[in-house]
Amino acid sequence: MQDLTSLVSEALGEVASSPDLGALDEARVRWLGKKGTLTEQLKSLGALPPAERPAAGQRINEAKERVQAAIEARREALQRAQVERELAVGRIDVTLPGRGEQRGGLHPVTLARLRMEELFRRAGFEIATGPEIEDDFHNFEALNFPPNHPARAMHDTFYFPDGRLLRTHTSPVQIRAMLSLGAPIAIVAPGRVYRCDSDMTHSPMFHQVEGLKVDENISFANMKAALHGFLQAFFERDLKMRLRPSYFPFTEPSAEVDMSCVFCEGGGCRTCKHTGWLEIAGCGMVHPNVLLASGIDAERYTGYAWGMGIDRLAMLRYGVSDLRLFFENDLRFLEQFRAL
Amino acid sequence: MRIPYSWLMDWVCVPWSAQELGSRLTMAGLELEALEPAAPAFSGVVVGEILSAEKHPQADKLRVCRVSTGQGEPLQIVCGAPNARAGLKSALAIVGAKLPDNLTIKAAKLRGVESAGMLCSAKELGLSEASAGIVELPSDAPAGRDLREYLALDDLVLELNVTPNRGDAMSVIGVAREVAALSGGKLTEPAMPSGRPPRPAASLADTFGVHLDAPAGCPKFVGRVVRGVDNKAATPVWMRERLRRAGVRSISPVVDVTNYVMLELGQPMHGYDLAKLHGEIRVRYGRAGESITLLDGKSVEVQPDVLLITDGAGPVGIAGIMGGQRTAVSAETTDVFFESAYFSPDAIIGRALRWGLTTDASQRFERGVDPSQQERGVERATELLLLIAGGNAGPAVVRRSDDHLPARPAVTLRRKQLARLLGVDFDAERVRCSLVSLGMHVEATEEGWRVVPPPHRFDIAIEADLIEEAARIIGYQAIPEADANVPQRFGNLPSSRPLERELLQTLAQRGYHEAITYAFVDLQLQARLFPDLAGIALANPIASDLSVMRVSLWPGLLKAALENQRRQQDRIRLFEHGARFLAVGAATDGLGTTREIDTLAGIACGHRLPEQWGLPREMREPVDFFDVKGDIEALLAATGARAQFTFEPHALACLHPGRAARLQRDGQPVGWLGELHPSLVKALDFTYAPVVFELDIEPALAVERPAYREVSRFPQVRRDLAVVVDESIALSSLIERVTFTASSLLRDLRVFDVYRGPGVEAGRKSVALGLILQDISRTLTEDDVAGLMTAVVADLRVSLNAKIRE
Repeated sequence: MQDLTSLVSEALGEVASSPDLGALDEARVRWLGKKGTLTEQLKSLGALPPAERPAAGQRINEAKERVQAAIEARREALQRAQVERELAVGRIDVTLPGRGEQRGGLHPVTLARLRMEELFRRAGFEIATGPEIEDDFHNFEALNFPPNHPARAMHDTFYFPDGRLLRTHTSPVQIRAMLSLGAPIAIVAPGRVYRCDSDMTHSPMFHQVEGLKVDENISFANMKAALHGFLQAFFERDLKMRLRPSYFPFTEPSAEVDMSCVFCEGGGCRTCKHTGWLEIAGCGMVHPNVLLASGIDAERYTGYAWGMGIDRLAMLRYGVSDLRLFFENDLRFLEQFRAL
Repeated sequence: MRIPYSWLMDWVCVPWSAQELGSRLTMAGLELEALEPAAPAFSGVVVGEILSAEKHPQADKLRVCRVSTGQGEPLQIVCGAPNARAGLKSALAIVGAKLPDNLTIKAAKLRGVESAGMLCSAKELGLSEASAGIVELPSDAPAGRDLREYLALDDLVLELNVTPNRGDAMSVIGVAREVAALSGGKLTEPAMPSGRPPRPAASLADTFGVHLDAPAGCPKFVGRVVRGVDNKAATPVWMRERLRRAGVRSISPVVDVTNYVMLELGQPMHGYDLAKLHGEIRVRYGRAGESITLLDGKSVEVQPDVLLITDGAGPVGIAGIMGGQRTAVSAETTDVFFESAYFSPDAIIGRALRWGLTTDASQRFERGVDPSQQERGVERATELLLLIAGGNAGPAVVRRSDDHLPARPAVTLRRKQLARLLGVDFDAERVRCSLVSLGMHVEATEEGWRVVPPPHRFDIAIEADLIEEAARIIGYQAIPEADANVPQRFGNLPSSRPLERELLQTLAQRGYHEAITYAFVDLQLQARLFPDLAGIALANPIASDLSVMRVSLWPGLLKAALENQRRQQDRIRLFEHGARFLAVGAATDGLGTTREIDTLAGIACGHRLPEQWGLPREMREPVDFFDVKGDIEALLAATGARAQFTFEPHALACLHPGRAARLQRDGQPVGWLGELHPSLVKALDFTYAPVVFELDIEPALAVERPAYREVSRFPQVRRDLAVVVDESIALSSLIERVTFTASSLLRDLRVFDVYRGPGVEAGRKSVALGLILQDISRTLTEDDVAGLMTAVVADLRVSLNAKIRE
């Protein structure tokens, strides 16, 4: 029997120096295979006296196990090294941009409108629409604007030769909705409106939303709560709101709605002209004549209505200072509104 | 409406600062738009009396003045104003004075002559926009007195926005009434601002005849003759100052006095030169062909619904709007006829605008002037005129038609309704007091009150009007916020209506940005794109290139794309959601009716994909028909009914004739897709040919609710076919045949190549189809599949003259 210790150290040396998995397997066969050098050692046990055989056998098995363990360890190391080599070759630059189309986006006015619609839907309002080419009845008369009334002069109206007009506000949708749905009713009606006016702060086409709620006991206090609730939800913050008496032919009592400036929190800045307040809407209790013109019993039902500029909501939400930017469709502007 | 704070104080004790007053008025419905000082800041300016004015030895246009400041030695002042003359009292800025615009007055030598200050013009003091010379002060102005003090310039002017229903607030007295109601104060009839007692009125017997021929339009006319006035007299400085602060130019005593009364009492007045009036005054409606030259020199033709003031020689004024030139007062006028009338709003409304006019008078009469105050107006004007310009007045002659004067019927206010409408039960006494404070006559009834509004209020006709008044005076802030107590109601959610947000996001996800373009477009561009569709034209467009309603969203999108191309964008994808407007019926007799179609449209031009690394060459090409078709198909897939749609080749004037398709759903046209016609690409100067699409949302994108169908548990088999057919055979025919033959076993059909070139004869193309076959109830055998493929091939050979490529 050869010197087991020197055989083991020879085997371990060979394992350790195997450069790849093939060489390692050859070493395994050479040392531990059926005819491997260490396996062969067991055959020499017969030459020993029987009393020494168990101890010698155990030593040989221990030697085999040591070599086997070394082979396993070496195999793992070689495999790991190989994977790493492969990975090194397959390395990419993860900072290169991804492939394909780039997302576009919705117009900021649409984003503001959809947000507003969503909030009112959650509060139980339905979305209503109406035509943009209107007649005098729906745009003015049914809204309690008598012919030639000075309040009409505040609406610079676009007319068609036959006397019809481009709606100057979304209020006619009130009339149409009440005529078709009756009371009770709770709607918001967003849309495009038109006035013959164009400068820094006016566009001949802009966006408004009309709100209307008519039921058996709707009050001014309800209107206050609804508007204040909406503004706080829309702008996601505590806001102060105040109602100032005003005049609209289709509401009585009427009010202008101011909210504390979202930029200076009421401290005074350029946007709020240093008043701390931003005029954000007009509102009021639906005038009995309007209910009447819409076929609703003005004794049984009361209601509130309000109108708000969607473009203004969008300007305040996104910090856009010039209304005209909304209608220039400059991609460098639009691309800023990719976010959902 | 500009109200000087000091003038208001004449009429009511204002317990608040001007700023606080502005806030209170704002919160009561008279919105403060601006609060301005009566004069900009300046100091060191005193009343100076020019003792002598000699020609400057070195300069023809300069004068060397000796100016007294009431004490010490007179000052030597060099002055260039043409009106610098001995005896004149003017504004003297002494050395050290600070004028507006940060100008400090120093002692100076002007062409070698010492000047110890500066005589100032109104412009230099910020008191007017322009001046012809130095300030002319009355001869009784005390020399040496600080000018700010003398003219009471430390005053503020409230600029109030008066809503159209509140004609009664378009005057100092009107605002004073409001202040009294808000503060609990009382109106005080002011003494003459000069402090002098008014002269007795009627010292003459002269009158001038007035006839109310149109008593509904003019139910009341108070006239008065004043003779012997000096219209060259200087309007006193206090009146000029008040007029200036209210935004009215001082002209002559007669004109100034009428303006003053209008500003103070809200009663527009007119002063005629009595010598130029003929016969008698008749108030009547215009006659066809009649015209008048107005005070501003403009000649206008009047219509039969225009109320006129006429004399024996024709119109002398348009009632309630503007007087005529023929009878206007001038500096030489000595005899005056005052008009203080009540014109019904109905007779005035809308008329002035016909001639592009908005006058102080028309604004007030349109909104309603207190019908009880004409006498007071004429008395006030007379006393002021006599004070300023002397003369003697005849009796005030009143013509009235009581039947036509506005009545103020009582309005009932129920306490319950007030609480119901406002959502708060105000204390009854508080409600009563607020109405009384507004001059209403209030009588208690069982249910609440019976209220008679005062004559100056034209806006109190129904219960809700009274509720607003009470709420306004008590304050809207006293109304709480309360949630409505209404039952839960679920609205409709029709499953066929696509959610707008999803449609828009589908396009956004495919690289499109949403645009918003005007609904009115350039007539020429639109006519060029759609020569067969007449757009609806506006009667009063804001610009010639925004004159006609769009029949398609394309004109706006093409323009937006071009503008972006001009801004050096080389890849443009835009879409828009909005209405387009089609005239239906005869276009000749007006409009007929209009269809507004909810439309989703888009445009794509430039590169197929954003510039990026690692793209194969064909993906770097400009966008084409099929890229955009893919975008549309994404929208169509969202309907859940893709199979209902077909794209039919169809010509449209603005599209490339070989690259245009009409989208049909169940055979009905619902949209368009195509490449812009090459001639338009060139004419509009597009770098890349745009591909455009337009869908009618309602028919095109209505959603079908998915209905579950069983999924086969058996394996699927794929067989590919390369079919060679004539170029003229549309893919849709091929699909139709295969689908028909393969019938229920065909689960999917894919087109994975279209090839032309070597191996395929000219004029033909090879289309590679992948048939995915599957049965719902069993595994297909090799024989099943072979049999089916044989049938498909045989059918294609016969029906489409197809060959199968091996």
